Amino acid sequence: MSTHHIQVTINGKVHEADVESRLLLVHLFRENLNMTGTHIGCDTTSCGACTVILDGKPVKSCTVFAVQADGSEIRTVEGLAQDGKLSAIQEGFHEKHGLQCGFCTPGMMMTTSALLEQNPHPTEDEIRHAISGNLCRCTGYMNIVKAVQYAADKMAEKVEV
Amino acid sequence: MAEIHGLGSSRKRVEDARFIRGQGNYIDDFKLPGMLHLDIVRSPYAHAKIKKIHTEKALATPGVLAVIDGPTLQKYNVHNMPTLMSDTQMVLPLDTVKYQYQEVAGVLATDRYTAADGVAAVEVDYEPLPVVVDPFKALLPGAQKVRDDKDSNHIWHWEWGDKEKTDKDFENAEVTVKENIYIPRIHVSSIETCGCVAKWDATNGHLTLWMTTQAPHAIRTVVALITGHLGLSEEKIRVISPDIGGGFGGKVPAYPGYVIAVAASIVTGAPVKWIEDRTDNLAADSFGRDYHITAELAGKKDGTLTALRFKTIADHGYTDAAANPSKFPAGLFHICTGSYDFKNAFIEVDGVYTNKPPGGIAYRCSFRVTEAVHAIERMADVYALKIGMDPAEFRMKNFIKPEAFPYTSALGWEYDSGNYPAALRKAMDMIGYEDLRKEQKEKLARGEFMGIGISSFTEIVGAGPSKHFDILGLKMFDSCEIRVHPTGKAIARFGTKSQGQGHETTYAQIIAEELGIPADHIKVEEGDTDTAPYGLGTYASRSTPVAGAAAAIASRKIREKAKKIAAHLLEANEDDLEWERGRFFVKGSPDQGKTIQEIAFAAYTNHPQGMEGGLEAVNYYDPPNLTYPFGSYICVVDIDRGTGQVKIRRFVAVDDCGVRINPMIVEGQIHGGLTMGFAPAMMEEISYDVDGNVHGTNFMDYLLPTAVETPKWELGETVTPSPHHPIGAKGVGESATVGAPAAIVNAVVDALSHLGVTTIDIPMTPRKVWELMHKHGATLEE
Repeated sequence: MSTHHIQVTINGKVHEADVESRLLLVHLFRENLNMTGTHIGCDTTSCGACTVILDGKPVKSCTVFAVQADGSEIRTVEGLAQDGKLSAIQEGFHEKHGLQCGFCTPGMMMTTSALLEQNPHPTEDEIRHAISGNLCRCTGYMNIVKAVQYAADKMAEKVEV
Repeated sequence: MAEIHGLGSSRKRVEDARFIRGQGNYIDDFKLPGMLHLDIVRSPYAHAKIKKIHTEKALATPGVLAVIDGPTLQKYNVHNMPTLMSDTQMVLPLDTVKYQYQEVAGVLATDRYTAADGVAAVEVDYEPLPVVVDPFKALLPGAQKVRDDKDSNHIWHWEWGDKEKTDKDFENAEVTVKENIYIPRIHVSSIETCGCVAKWDATNGHLTLWMTTQAPHAIRTVVALITGHLGLSEEKIRVISPDIGGGFGGKVPAYPGYVIAVAASIVTGAPVKWIEDRTDNLAADSFGRDYHITAELAGKKDGTLTALRFKTIADHGYTDAAANPSKFPAGLFHICTGSYDFKNAFIEVDGVYTNKPPGGIAYRCSFRVTEAVHAIERMADVYALKIGMDPAEFRMKNFIKPEAFPYTSALGWEYDSGNYPAALRKAMDMIGYEDLRKEQKEKLARGEFMGIGISSFTEIVGAGPSKHFDILGLKMFDSCEIRVHPTGKAIARFGTKSQGQGHETTYAQIIAEELGIPADHIKVEEGDTDTAPYGLGTYASRSTPVAGAAAAIASRKIREKAKKIAAHLLEANEDDLEWERGRFFVKGSPDQGKTIQEIAFAAYTNHPQGMEGGLEAVNYYDPPNLTYPFGSYICVVDIDRGTGQVKIRRFVAVDDCGVRINPMIVEGQIHGGLTMGFAPAMMEEISYDVDGNVHGTNFMDYLLPTAVETPKWELGETVTPSPHHPIGAKGVGESATVGAPAAIVNAVVDALSHLGVTTIDIPMTPRKVWELMHKHGATLEE
């Protein structure tokens, strides 16, 4: 198994690592860098628990090799809060009870992040389609939709701080 | 002063803080120095003799340390383990596999990739044997036996009720109806799979087991029972259930992987991690349902029901690994008289072995209650259809009357409370029932198929009273221990274990209500058997009915002591003191009082001489009865005659779970429960081909609802407090999963009943619905 030297920027911080060519990106976070906020739920790109933002696009990191991410900018759940202050998305999930067991939540929030960057004012249908690659077994999605709407409103400064 | 956040407060969740930051502690997040990884070789055959396991190539792989097989475990007599139903389950086989994906050997390696390499390098010679997949065929004389240690494939026969009287009612009935209903095998599919980290400390002989379990204490006792002969006694075993990424019943049993990990840690002296992948989880872990029900009702032409008769074949796979109270092999299936006043009932269930994975666990429901509710709520519609009565009117006519509670059912349950007509009326008003019926008629005249389905379910949860309820002999009480600190803050520990239900938030609210200590000042802990009081865990909607009650009672014990301390501080007679939330005061002199915080401080600094210091209490709550949540759901569907696609247009759910501790969390539970009712009704099924090959080993074949398919739920409530629960609560986590499927099926059958359709099995896939319509010449062709 060949190894490769890679450099990735995760949440603004540069990381270098020597990785096997088969190492999955999600394992780079979880095993090599001890960043366990990104979860694994299905191993087949179905559930979205491992969603991160790779060069501005949401990807399922269980189906990306770490070497493919060489030179890229990555954002994970650990980068959502800035200077200890929760992001509007995190706040929305908390305020609207958009999580229960919390396992799908990091991936769900990263997909939300990507959605709101592309479409700051999504309709309910647009939200539901955008998160349809992220499975949640607990919430029935109702409150996740509200959480996303809350975040969109807050980011548009409609919500009183 | 912080807000109290007692009962009825939609307090935001405490546990969110770590989860939204990616700081949860799930099992796969644990990493210990020197930790090894376990991966498992699984059988490609549903039934086969193992001729030889070739381990040389695997052992030659750098980083692979050991291959563990059945004979290895047999040396320590841990190759078999008891199931929760006192049947036997192989941990690893000695020579035969009994279902596809069964564990064959464990590979131990330095990291997870190498462990997977090792699994791929293990070669096993199998000799395939005949397979029994169909439980009806399994019962035929001369059928291939699944179990060599049993006489036949028939596991047990269980019956309940009065056969003679019931049969007589059927003979004399003006109307009888009968349907075969299959409730397929499904899988809970929590987004986190199962796993553990086992750490054996050879120096002092202690085992620490971090594990995805809904019942850590029971697991500790089971581990002690299985491994006691190896010197691993219960005080040396610590089970820690960390944050759990969804349970729904799937994390109640002990799976072979856990036991192999423990054995591997003991043998190597290193910590061992085992984490299932999704295929392991779907293909080999315990399933839910798999009930073949023949259901009959008898009654009068005017719609009055008299008797119920159900006969059921329960497919348990290779071993009975159900998670039921010991005395009830078919769980609480005898709640199947539901919300209706039957004079007589008789039910029979037969458990059967087949070459499929073992189980019979709940899928977000209390012990077979979904199967019971599905059958009765479907049959109510079948009966109403036969006599041409509106299903709502039919239900109203047969409901147990509100004034009849407490009510003893024909099958012997004492229903604690209920008001069924109120819940149904509310649901009908919310959805506009009468207008929908008019619309349906108009649509049908235009050739459009629309249906309205009702489910007025009654659940039975909160197991359970020790007189009748135990698992492996362990009585099903649950516990709470509260310690109030000198500064008036508190820690409370429980025998249960949240998997997303929000116990850290809601338990604190119960104590806050009882003691007047702000919920924010109460820390709730669960899941560590070294610190938490003994309890049987979280499943079957038992946390609020049992451990929640323990929290209230333990609080009241603390209040009793606080009263004595207050009397001492106020130099008053105890009898002259009155309680208002958070404070004792002298009757008639409201200014003269002491807050719970002042009393707590005094408990450590100035307590009466002769009294024990400190302020704490523990309660092991043995419920006097079960609780009976109920509700009425109404579903409206439109069916595409070209494709068979069923579109749920509206779904109204009126739930009555008694007093609501945290309405926000209750509604969240109902949303999730409804979605896990919708899922098996429309999408989910684990099926097998004739050779026992499982269909649905990943999320591309086993379909979970996404945000797109999931209907937009409309919720309503009525509140009928439980008369015997200390705070009147009943439990709610599973009601919706129990009640929803029948409403959806009833709606679809209602849309097609004009064709002569009386039943359809779930999941109601477009193909199945299309074929049904096509059979009746009712599809639209291009």
